[in-house]
Parts: sequence; structure tokens; C-alpha cells
Amino acid sequence: MKAIDYRIERASDVAGAVEALQADPFAKPIAGGQSLGAMLNLRLAQPECVIDIVGLDALKGLRIESDEMVIGPLVTHARLEDGRYDDATGGMLAHVAAGIAYRAVRNSGTIGGSICHADPAADWIAATAALGATFDIQGPDGTRQVAARDFMTSAFETTLAEADVLTAIRVPALGDTARWSYRKFCRKTGEFALAIVSGVVDGQTGIERLVFSALDGAPVVIERAGLFDELAEPDARQVLLDDDALSISGHRRALHAGLLADVIADIRGTA
Amino acid sequence: MTGAPPDTQAKGIGARLARKEDARFLSGRGEFVADIRRPGMLDVAFVRAPVAHARIVDIEKPEGWESLVYTMADMAEVKPIVAASKLPGFQKSEQYPLAKDKVRFVGEMVAMCVAPSRARAEDLAEQVFVDYEDLPVVSDMHAAANGTAEGKLHEHWDSNVFLETQVDNKAGIADDVVSVRRQLSTSRQCQVPLEGRGVVCWWDHRLNRLEMTSAAQMPHINRTGLAECLGLDEGQVRVVSPDVGGGFGYKGILLPEEICCAWLAMKLDRPIRWIEDRNEHLSANANCREHAYDISVHVERSGRLAGIDCDAIVDSGAYSSYPFSACLEAAQIGSILPGPYKMDSYSCHTRSAATNKPPILPYRGVARTGVCFALEVMLDIAARELGIEPFELRERSLVGPDDMPYTNITNKLFDSGDYIACMHRAVEALDWSGWRARQAETNGRKRIGLGLATFCEQGAHGTSVYHGWGIPMVPGYEQCNARVTTDGILELQIGAHSHGQSMETTMAQVANTVLGIDPEQVRIMHGDTGGSPYSTGTWGSRNAVMSGGAVAAACEKLADRVRRLASHLMDVAADDLIFENGGVVSGDRSRSMTLADIAHTWYRAPQLLPDDVDPAGLGLVAGYKMRPDMGTFSYATHACAVEVDTVTGAVKLLDYAICEDGGVLLNPMVVEGQLLGGLAQGIGTALYEEIPFDDEAQPLASTLADYMVPGAAEMPHLTIEHMETPSPFSTFGQKGIGEGGAIAPPAAITNAVNDALGGLGAEIHSVPISPERVIAALEAAHESD
Ligand SMILES: Cc1cc2nc3c(=O)[nH]c(=O)nc-3n(C[C@H](O)[C@H](O)[C@H](O)COP(=O)(O)OP(=O)(O)OC[C@H]3O[C@@H](n4cnc5c(N)ncnc54)[C@H](O)[C@@H]3O)c2cc1C
Repeated sequence: MKAIDYRIERASDVAGAVEALQADPFAKPIAGGQSLGAMLNLRLAQPECVIDIVGLDALKGLRIESDEMVIGPLVTHARLEDGRYDDATGGMLAHVAAGIAYRAVRNSGTIGGSICHADPAADWIAATAALGATFDIQGPDGTRQVAARDFMTSAFETTLAEADVLTAIRVPALGDTARWSYRKFCRKTGEFALAIVSGVVDGQTGIERLVFSALDGAPVVIERAGLFDELAEPDARQVLLDDDALSISGHRRALHAGLLADVIADIRGTA
Repeated sequence: MTGAPPDTQAKGIGARLARKEDARFLSGRGEFVADIRRPGMLDVAFVRAPVAHARIVDIEKPEGWESLVYTMADMAEVKPIVAASKLPGFQKSEQYPLAKDKVRFVGEMVAMCVAPSRARAEDLAEQVFVDYEDLPVVSDMHAAANGTAEGKLHEHWDSNVFLETQVDNKAGIADDVVSVRRQLSTSRQCQVPLEGRGVVCWWDHRLNRLEMTSAAQMPHINRTGLAECLGLDEGQVRVVSPDVGGGFGYKGILLPEEICCAWLAMKLDRPIRWIEDRNEHLSANANCREHAYDISVHVERSGRLAGIDCDAIVDSGAYSSYPFSACLEAAQIGSILPGPYKMDSYSCHTRSAATNKPPILPYRGVARTGVCFALEVMLDIAARELGIEPFELRERSLVGPDDMPYTNITNKLFDSGDYIACMHRAVEALDWSGWRARQAETNGRKRIGLGLATFCEQGAHGTSVYHGWGIPMVPGYEQCNARVTTDGILELQIGAHSHGQSMETTMAQVANTVLGIDPEQVRIMHGDTGGSPYSTGTWGSRNAVMSGGAVAAACEKLADRVRRLASHLMDVAADDLIFENGGVVSGDRSRSMTLADIAHTWYRAPQLLPDDVDPAGLGLVAGYKMRPDMGTFSYATHACAVEVDTVTGAVKLLDYAICEDGGVLLNPMVVEGQLLGGLAQGIGTALYEEIPFDDEAQPLASTLADYMVPGAAEMPHLTIEHMETPSPFSTFGQKGIGEGGAIAPPAAITNAVNDALGGLGAEIHSVPISPERVIAALEAAHESD
């Protein structure tokens, strides 16, 4: 299949992109095109106008600013994978990036595109929720911040309004003694995950967070002190897995159960 | 990988010669259908049925654009595709290129839209409104075969069954045999060549004929089918198959799209193009493999196979495709299920069920992949029951070297080989006993399992095998049109075509063996009905034997003629001349002449030749027929070790070994390439590839996001061992071996998984072995505890 006839406009800055999106309710921004390209060709997306934001320097680069990492949405998976930057996540970003698709996809696909596309099995949706990230969003009424765990509302749906642009991903720095685990199950290399479980524990901030993802909708985030000690008990895991919020059964439950066991072992250092 | 180090001097049969075609393929200079442009070319897009079974009440063309949209009513003079079989009881289907009256599967074409680009044609297609009246959908082959489906595919039929066959060679077997019975199945999948189908066609007014460039394995057969459907004489159709990016059986079929495009090119007098996209490929066109078996094997306590009883159904889909017909797979099951085994008793009942799914088409290995899966999985289950190793059972049941040539229980004539030695070599190559030791140490969450599978591959089978089917195509012989040019280049034209078989290289190697000519000086021209001898084309592992035989025959005849000319020019007796290094030498090596010198004299200096010279010249057609023509039997054993994660259901291939006997190998490197590619496809069938259909026969995998094919990362470490037992029936002892790689992996891998799960009482009965199926098998075992 081929895309419908659409035009491409090149945005000169973020405000310009927002304006162009506002002017045309059927317009869509394009970053790496790895998801939107397929949507266009399958005619699942039929925008009259595509706003190219790839040239916007304001959306590129990643740096550490006081106690958080600020990642431009146009940073590619490949850049994050290669790890040549100051990292405050103990290698978690690079690990997650390396597991996305194939290198060819990672060369073009961006963290921002992945988050905005909001595929229930997208790695950055799960990983940013596990890291407790927040997103900067610029729209016609100015900028606002949304916590990663509140951003995705359901499959392929987010709190982004039509003329909103994601401008930064803010990831709080992990302490030196923090531990993280990111486990997913894919049928084969390069496939989207059938199940994702991730855990982050940071002694410095007292945060203990567990994320289930690749569910029907948004990831489920569980955050409370003592969580991982609790989960050392097999019964506690069963209660968690049977929670209605997850709504998983059969093979999918078995996969999440297997990954949960791995994540607990990683976090507790018993692997 | 093992094998002799390459001999850089040798270039004939047996040499590991680098492929001549690689220069253009590896530098992106091949020419495939989609690379072809014609001035004024238009693209078509098809309106395809969104429902599986419905009456067409009305088709509304978009207002103002009626002249760019065509339905079957506009093509009234075009005949339907009919691929009947004369086997008794066969019910024939008529497939109109665009659906007439009703649609029978999701994706069936209803209207054709034409525009200057594919995107614009799709815009038009979106605006065609079709009013459907739903009919009951036949989505289950069992219901179709058993007559319990509510719907009916073809109104004039008695049932939803194309053909029913029965082979009955039942004989008495001992009372104390161990009998095991299971229901096994292979899923519907896709061939997925890298390149899909595609066609560009136009009318050539000078030659007064239709020119069609199509990604086709069998251009002559396509031409015959096209001429019949369009009411043209065959001379008015030329089919050219350019570079083809994999065929695997799918490109051996006459497609309704080809007929539509040809008709439209004639109607509009403009070049017309259609390039299949993945969506069309996966959901509407390239479907294969869906078999179901209810099979029992009877094994004596000693491990000797005594008999097989089987009831098989093939989901043949809605129509019989040209030229192989809808009964190809099921009827083949009846004749090839016994594989390379000796037995006392055999019965097999088969049905080709008609369902509201795309027609089932041949795929590398055709029915062999299914029967190998069914039988080999049963043999391992029986071995487990008897408490013996799978190779012990086979060792007592395989046809032995002293039995050759051997006629088996379904009257197949096995030509040569040592199947038992081959199996043992594969077992050793895998380090079976080493893996058994490792297996004993792992019995936790992740379990190791070992499996093997043995099969034979009948290739190049001829008239005596096929005429009984009464299908539109019966192979007989193969010919080669050969000529030496004025400067001594050898041009060979054959009617078959290469879609990855490396024939430009291997046929040149055959010429080198006969004529001593450097393969670089040999030009193979194929895939063009324009001037090549008629051929049924490339399928059934037939070209090494058939085209190879024809090329050898033509080169022999040319050698005779060259010898006579050289004898005169060199003043040496004709039978004292030897072909060597691109020329002829006298026995005492005192005199020599190059082929270029001889050709130059023949064409451009005839005054040097005697007046009574034979004027037939340096061009001729020669042919080859194999006698007996039951085909060559190559064979192999695949052995593998897997790891099964009993929590997630994931299966990992730990190691893989193949020992194969393809007779005299024209080029071992090419054979290894065929094995690797085939293995990748077999792994796809075993572990990944599946198009599930829902109850309304909607395909649930219509993009590569849902349909999984193995990639480089999924290939295991592979050891290949060759055996070379010549076939007594072919020119050089070569055997067909193009499909084998894809035949055994589903069986070998399933056996290994079942070996891993054996201790837990779980068993896999269907491929692909998805994690869900593994977990379901474990749960079933848990429940029955
Ligand atoms: C073969 C393949 C396998 C894949 N496997 C995985 C996998 O295993 N895991 C995984 O996580 N992903 C996977 N992906 C998806 C991949 O990660 C994509 O890169 C990502 O989903 C989209 O990023 P992009 O930059 O290409 O965005 P685009 O395709 O350009 O855009 C995606 C969507 O986001 C919107 N958008 C983009 N940027 C912004 C912005 N700054 N503000 C507002 N809206 C924006 C677009 O309008 C569009 O709707 C796979 C993709 C392919 C092709």
C-alpha cells in the first residue's frame, strides 16, 4: 500500500511546529518515521500535512542538569545505545535502547517518537515510567510537565493534544547504590515485546518502583517502600499478578510471572 | 561447515566456483520486475474482498471515474482459471480473475483500478463501493471435509471437498506391536520470498504479441495459461522472467493479477504494472502448508516399523490454482508419507478440503514438509514409548544400502544411497552423546532436548509420475538451445529459470566439464519464452538433473561438430581430439586450436573448410530425458539440540547438524547455500510462521508486524556433512536437492522439544511451536496428572 497524497512542511522552531499543527487539525509531526512511516503506508494515518521536526536543534542532545538527565525527544535509540554521554541511570538507558528492534530501526527511531506513538509494548514507555521520568510538552497555551506514568492513557493514546509537541524527557538521576532491572520477552530478535517487567530501587531516595508493561493499555506502575522485600514471598507475587489493573491471564500471565521472578532476583541481587 | 578446501583451478562439476550472478546481485544491479519502467506505464490497485464468503449484490464505481475501474462484467470475454485434475472424483473450481457473483476468501479481487501511480490507484480503490450479502463461512477444514460446515464454496459441488483419495496396502502385522496414535498439524503460512509477485505488460504492435515481464518460476506454463484464459494463440504471448528474488513455489502459479493486467494492457494499449505488496502477499495470495493428520504408527518391540495408518486433510482454500491443482498436496501425502522406510502395511486416506481461505499453493518441499513432520514426530514418540533412541528405531526401519535400487510400499523407485550411514553421521556431527550428558545435568526451568528427522526428496520426477494426476502440466524432457558465437562464446538457452538456484554458474560448470570451456565464456539465457525451448520450468528440484542433462546433451552434440571441423583444420583424427582449456588438443598434445579460432573459421572464413562440410553449423537444440523417470532421491538427516524455557515457553536452538546426500554435487557451495536458506525457512515453519484465521476466516497476520519470519539472529550454529552417492539414472549421478533444507526442520525441532518436555509428560503436536503452544502443552500435562 502507498500513503495518501500529503504535503511535508519543515518546522523552523518548536513554536513554528506548534503553530503549523494548530493550523491544520490533520497535521502530524514526524521524527524518525519508524512508526509513522508504516502508519502512513498502511493508510492508518491519513494526515494532509506532515510537519518535519527532525531539523530542530532544541529537541536534540542530552545532558545532565543538576539532579536529572534531560533528553531531547529527537535523540535516537542508537545514540542512547552507544552510551557516549554522561549517564545518570547506571547504564539502564543504553541497555533498554540496545534491545529495541534492529540497529537499522534504532539509527532513525527516536525516544520521543516512541513515547508519543504510545505502543503498549514500546520500551521507552515502560522504561521512562520505571525511571520516574517527566515529560516537557509545549502547546498553543505554553509548556507543561506530565509524569511518564500519567502520560499514556490507553493503547496509542496519550495526554498530548493535537498541537502539542514533546520537547524533553527528564529522567531523575539514580543514586550510586541504586539497582535497576529491565526484562522483556520477545518471540525473536527485533520483535515488540509480549511482556515487559522493570524494577528500580534507589536507597538514596527510598524509591522502590515496579512496572508491568506490554499490557492492553498503559503500563501499570507500583511504587511503595518495602515492595521488593514483600515480593520475596511467592504469595505476594501471585496477588500482584492477579490484580485487576494488570488484567493478564494465560500465557501472558505466565510470561509476566517469569519476568517478575527475574526482576526480583536482579534487584535483590540473588540472580 | 565442513568440506574440501576450494580448488581454485577446477571449474567443472564438483568445483566450489563462486557464483557468476553475485557480481550484479551483491552490487544492487540485478533487474527485478519492480525495476522496470515503460513509457506511459500505468499502475493498478485491486479492490479486495473484506469478507470471506458473500454474494456480490452490487459494485458501485466512483462517480466520474468509471472508465478507470473494471469489474468482471467488463472482462466478459476472459475465461476463468481452471486447474482440474483427472483423478476420479475431482471437483473442479472456476476462478474468475475478478470475482463474479460471489467472493470466496478475504482478499479475493473484486475490481481493478488504474492510475498513473499506485497511490492514485489506491485512492480510486477506496472509493469503490461493494455491497455484499454475507454467506455462511467455511473456516475449518475438518468441518469442510466431514460435511458439517453450513456453507458451501461451489454451488454445483456435492461437498466441500476437491478430492478424496485412498491408498490401501494394508497387510497383517504382529499382535504385540506398539501402536501410537496422534492428531498432528502444520499451520497455514506464507512463502515470503524477499520479492513478492509483480508484473509489467504491454502489447507489442510490431510483433503483434503481448509482452509480459513477470516474477515467474515457470514462464512457459504461465504463457500457456495466459493464452488460454485470454483467448490468444501462444505465439501472441511472450513471458519474460527477469531476476527473481526467491520463488519457493509461489511463483510457479498463474495469478489472476497477471490475467487482469494483460487484459487491461490490451484494452488500454498502455503498459500496465502491478507490484504485489506485503499485505496482498500475506493475506490474499501466498498461502501454504496447512495440513492435519490423524496418524497411527505400529512398531515392533525390536524397534522395526511395521505399519502406518493415516487420515490426512489439507486445507486447500477456495480455488484450484494453475497448473498444479488443489489436490497436489493431499494426493502427494498418500504417496510419499512412507518416506525412506520399509514396512509391511500402509493405508492413507486424504481429503483436499475447500474452505473460504486463499488457495493453498506449493512451498519448498511441497507436501514433504508436512509428511516428514507427521511421520518423524510419530517415530520419536514411538521410540520414547519403547525406551530406545530415535536413531535405533530408524536404523531398524530405513531402507538399507543393499536394498538399492528399492521399490517401496507406494511403488517409488529409490535410486541409490546409504540412508542409515547418513543418519549416523548427522547424529555424530551433532555430538548426540555429548548433548545427552549435558541434558542429564539440566532439569530445572530450562530443559535440553534432542531430535532428529530423516527424509528423502524425490526430484526431477517425470512423465510416469505426473501423467496420472491429469493436471494441466506434465513434465517430459528438457531441452537446451546451444550455440557458439563467432568469437567462441558458448550461449545456452534453457526454458527453466533461476530464482536463486545459481543456474548461471552450475550450468556453466556442466558446460566446462563437457567442453572444457571457461565458465566465464558461457552465457546462460533463461526465463524467456521468446526463443527458449518449452519447459515446465523450475520446480520439484528438477534443474540440476533436467536442465543439467539438457545442457550436457547439447554440449556433447556441439563437441561432435567442433571435433569434425577441428579434425579438418588441424589434420588430426576426430577421435584423437580432447577438449581442454577452451579449445581442442591432439592426443599427443602437439597441436591445438581454441574454440574461438574454430568458430571464427566456421562463421567468417568458410573458405578454409572443405566443400562437403556439414552445414548444420555451431548451433543446435538437444534434449534430455531421464530413464527411468521416477526421479532422483536425495536424502538427509537433520539433528538438533534445543533448550526449552518451561516458564515462558521459549524454544532456543542450541546446535544443528545436517548430513545430506545429493548424489554428485554440481557445486557444493551452491548446495550449502540451498541448505542454509532451506533451513531458515524450515525454522520459520517450526517456530515462527503462521497466519491464524478467525471463525469468519479473517486472516489475523496481514503485515510483517504480525507474521514472523526468522532473521539472521535466529539461525543456529550449523554443521553440514556431504555424502555423494551417484544416482545411476542421471547424466553425472547428480540428484535434485533444492528443497531438502526446508523439509526436515519442523520435524527435527519438534522432536527435540518433545524430548525436552518428555520428562514433564508434555508433547507438542502442532507447528509453529509458539511459546503459547509450549505452555498449553505443559498445562495440559499438568491437568492430566
Ligand atoms: C521493525 C521495527 C521494530 C520495532 N521494535 C520496537 C521494539 O522492540 N521496541 C520499541 O519500543 N519500539 C520498536 N519499534 C518502534 C521504534 O522504536 C520507533 O522508532 C518509535 O516507535 C517511533 O519513533 P520515531 O522517531 O520513528 O517516530 P515517528 O514514527 O516519526 O513518530 C511516531 C509518532 O510520534 C509522533 N511524534 C514524534 N515525535 C514527536 C514529538 N516530539 N512530539 C509530538 N509527537 C511526536 C508522530 O506524530 C507519530 O504519531 C520498532 C519499529 C520497527 C519499524
